[in-house]
Amino acid sequence: MAGSDRAARTPTAPDTVKILIAGGFGVGKTTMVGSVSEIAPLRTEEPLTVAGLDVDDLAGIEEKRATTVALDFGRITIGPDLVLYLFGTPGQQRFWFMWDDLAVGALGAVVLLDVRRPRASFAALDFFERRGIPFVVGVNGFFGRHPYPPERIRDALALPEDVQVLLCDARERGSCRDVLLALIDQLIAAAVRDDGTGRLTRRTR
Amino acid sequence: MSGGDTGGRLVRPFTLTGGRTRPSRADFTLITTVTAVDPPPERAPRPQPEQLRILRMCAEPVAVAELAARLDLPVSVVVILLCDLLEAGRITARAPRPVTRTTPDLDLLEKVRDGLGRL
Ligand SMILES: Nc1nc2c(ncn2[C@@H]2O[C@H](COP(=O)(O)OP(=O)(O)O)[C@@H](O)[C@H]2O)c(=O)[nH]1
Ligand SMILES: [Mg+2]
Repeated sequence: MAGSDRAARTPTAPDTVKILIAGGFGVGKTTMVGSVSEIAPLRTEEPLTVAGLDVDDLAGIEEKRATTVALDFGRITIGPDLVLYLFGTPGQQRFWFMWDDLAVGALGAVVLLDVRRPRASFAALDFFERRGIPFVVGVNGFFGRHPYPPERIRDALALPEDVQVLLCDARERGSCRDVLLALIDQLIAAAVRDDGTGRLTRRTR
Repeated sequence: MSGGDTGGRLVRPFTLTGGRTRPSRADFTLITTVTAVDPPPERAPRPQPEQLRILRMCAEPVAVAELAARLDLPVSVVVILLCDLLEAGRITARAPRPVTRTTPDLDLLEKVRDGLGRL
């Protein structure tokens, strides 16, 4: 094969897309990622000195303790030429600068809610609403308990009609898959609706 | 520290980048896919050990976030190492599928839906 075309041996990379799994601390984000991922959830840790601050000169920093922000993620191979990544976003509001980065190029988000303490996910709801990033709400009924119907939750959270609310169990693959499917269906519905007004869905590529 | 998301760690990884904390180019996102060029270009400079590990891991296409997790290095460090490899012609980088709100890609969405349906 000497002198043969380089492209002949370098394998072709698939297209990649991502969905964010957001919500407060302990609502089940990592659990959900693990339930649907084909690999055990992976984790990366960014030193906050680099991720959060404008630090041009790290001289001497080798000796300093730095806080890190962890990001866990999983993978779903959709087909030979398309891979979906799921990123569990860091829970606390002070990591919003990281959410901004994560949100770029995302198809959309799942905001997970612990039905016993919905407030923990208010910041995440605000984040996606303000930025116009499409999301669905997954209500994680810990221990499979769902005291409220989805409509009650939608009303309580003052969510717009087109945001789907789903009762789920973050530990169950099928349940998590259905939440993701609902997000995709919502995106498709929005795309078709936009098309109906004659405004959008021009595919120029 | 509120548990789980934070912890202490020595910022040693940046010694691997010669102290650089900024990438030299903007080719890499978390889900940019990286593939080792095979065969490697002639007269390519000898990679450092960390770069060699990366090259071995991306013999098959792999996303930047996965590389970072498997190397147990911050993404910001891995990206700097990847810039060097890209400039040396040792890897190719494939950008993520572009997603825009104004022109939704129905083909893509339907493909994702079909794929999820098979889970
Ligand atoms: N009983 C029950 N436990 C859950 C459920 N989802 C998550 N957990 C547990 O709650 C804790 C926090 O979940 P985790 O996924 O780490 O939350 P994260 O902070 O949002 O990533 C873990 O101990 C999980 O095992 C659920 O649906 N039911
Ligand atoms: Mg978590």
